[in-house]
Amino acid sequence: MKPIRDVGIIGYGAYIPRYRLPASEIVRVWKGGDGDTPILEKAVPGPDEDAATIAIEAARNALSRAGIPPQKIGAVWVGSESHPYAVKPTSTIVAEAIGATPETQAGDWEFACKAGTEAMQAAFGFVASGMAAYALIVGADTAQGRPGDELEYTASAGGAAYIIGLREESLAYLEGSYSYVTDTPDFFRRPGQEYPTHGSRFTGDPAYFRHVLSAARGLMEQLGAKPSDYRMAVFHQPNVKFPERAAKTLGFTDEQIRTGLLANVIGNTYAGSSLLGLTAMLDVAEPGDRLLLVSFGSGAGSDAMSFVVTDKIAERRDRAPCTQDYIRRRKVIDYGLYVRYRGKLKMH
Amino acid sequence: MRDVSIFGIGQTEVGEHWDKSLRHLAGEAVLAAMRDAGIDRADALYVGNMLSGELNGQEHLGALIADFVGLRGVEAVKVEAACGSGAAAVRMGYLAVASGLLDVVIVVGVEKMTDQKNDVTTAGLAMAADAEYEVINGISFVSLNALLMQRYMHEYGVRHEDFAGFPINAHKNAATNPYAMFRKPISLETFKRARMVAAPINLMDSSPVADGAAAVVLAPSDMARRFRSAPVRIIGSANATDALAVHDRQDPLFLSAAALSAQKAYHQARITPADVDFFELHDAFSITAALSLEAAGFAERGRGVYLAKDGEITLEGRIPICTLGGLKARGHPVGATGVYQIVEATLQLRHLAGPNQVKNARIGMTQNIGGSGATVITHILAAEG
Repeated sequence: MKPIRDVGIIGYGAYIPRYRLPASEIVRVWKGGDGDTPILEKAVPGPDEDAATIAIEAARNALSRAGIPPQKIGAVWVGSESHPYAVKPTSTIVAEAIGATPETQAGDWEFACKAGTEAMQAAFGFVASGMAAYALIVGADTAQGRPGDELEYTASAGGAAYIIGLREESLAYLEGSYSYVTDTPDFFRRPGQEYPTHGSRFTGDPAYFRHVLSAARGLMEQLGAKPSDYRMAVFHQPNVKFPERAAKTLGFTDEQIRTGLLANVIGNTYAGSSLLGLTAMLDVAEPGDRLLLVSFGSGAGSDAMSFVVTDKIAERRDRAPCTQDYIRRRKVIDYGLYVRYRGKLKMH
Repeated sequence: MRDVSIFGIGQTEVGEHWDKSLRHLAGEAVLAAMRDAGIDRADALYVGNMLSGELNGQEHLGALIADFVGLRGVEAVKVEAACGSGAAAVRMGYLAVASGLLDVVIVVGVEKMTDQKNDVTTAGLAMAADAEYEVINGISFVSLNALLMQRYMHEYGVRHEDFAGFPINAHKNAATNPYAMFRKPISLETFKRARMVAAPINLMDSSPVADGAAAVVLAPSDMARRFRSAPVRIIGSANATDALAVHDRQDPLFLSAAALSAQKAYHQARITPADVDFFELHDAFSITAALSLEAAGFAERGRGVYLAKDGEITLEGRIPICTLGGLKARGHPVGATGVYQIVEATLQLRHLAGPNQVKNARIGMTQNIGGSGATVITHILAAEG
């Protein structure tokens, strides 16, 4: 898919909470200290953080890089599966906090881990059609895994925001996007349930790999591109193993995915996962670099997008903290503090 | 009583068939068996299955599958005996044909397990044990067998790694079986490093949860010969039972139902264990393989495990077992397993087992175990001609 008018990313911003829970802590508490772990450690939100505050932090960074007045943003769309309210938008909180209200469109998006890229694709169309000069999209989550479940090792918190505008002003323009969607119940949570249900091995081949590989192949075929055309690529990262295998299957090298692969040190930030991989790549990209992003959302679907970095990257990059700054800013906590911060103790 | 022969076989690949339903799997196996037999109708269809109600929300499999394969109208019924359902269904088919009441009977074993979450499947499998006296204490099927393995190791002074030969043999044989779930060999190191499931049973001691279906077509031997040049004759068929709960048995380490059903089958076939060229046993766990070898008369008490250690169970060994991978590596779609064993034995006796062929195989035995040993069905097959 490609809009009639060329569009791209005007500004981007990352945010990752400072607390880290080492996977070894989960092993200590739940497995008697003995067992394999899918990642090293995951980011944990502080007691006053939620998907809205994470979205605001990331949006402010994106706004700093874009250098546009917030009033010109015609849409604020937040993708998450941990919206703080069941009824009441996160997007209005974000729009108000950054000063984009009241003359703006706002809405919340939900598609498991690809809610953010779903909003991004829509924003490309919204801007290209001329309905708005700029649109802000955010993918942010404070994901929850049932204590002791495999998901607890990786379910983490973080987010990324992007301001979409016309190609002329962009630091990276969109070459094309492609979506691949089926009804595949690999992972879900019903209303009122605290923790999601997942299909164990079913989350692999028929869910993650089928959609990620099909979307990546579909996009590259449409663009006539091949893996070696890309300097860097990011695939949705629920752990380290899945994106590594997807990359290898498609023919990407370890070097190409190294920059965007953050799961080992921050976990799976769900709607923020592939979008944070992209902020990390933009942090180091050079003009002319081609970048590939492939998201995955359970349920299930993948969005693949191809970007080309422009020379505007150099002046805008340093206007906000970069992704690695947030990764370096870390405070390790133990399982007890994690339980308190994540509200897992029943107080009444 | 008439002699009964197998003149058609069919099977699906064992694995995680997320894109196929229970009826499609069963249909695939039945139609393959009918093609192999060269028939387009039958007098009855018996379906071996354990958990369709629990895992697929579907009972009444006889009519369901008969209709699906184009046999609407025939006598059809599901037969259930936990993990022994498959061979129990074959035994029903055998009785029907031997008695003279029916001529052509199709038996299919089918199980579709991977559509459910692990805890649901585990709880379902535990239904093979005694709900009121075993399961109520929180026991799962694996932990029940873990108790047996622990006891065996204690009683006979056996080390855990002495069991490694069972999965190593199974995986080696599965590597060249196109219908097997795990087609790659494993090493002693893999066995030793495998994740613990319920001590002392580790992942490599355990057969996998899987989907699959296998089918056979039975007829009186003289009629079967008219369809196929060399049908395989069932020369022994026996079903025996024991107390459902392990703690109710005289000696938990002796599978008395396995011994009894093997004895009955040997007697009917007029053979001894020494005449058996290969044995498709029920290696749900490596401990089960050791106990089966002992109960069926291939080893003394406490010595079954050494057959694996000394290489006597390989294709070239004294008593080859799991010649196409067994439950461990071909896979264990519970209610289908007993029929897979008979399909595989038939392939051996037709001398069509390819790289897995047991040389000069004339007599093969299969043994399918329900639960921790409460129902055991033994079949002895012989090549004709």
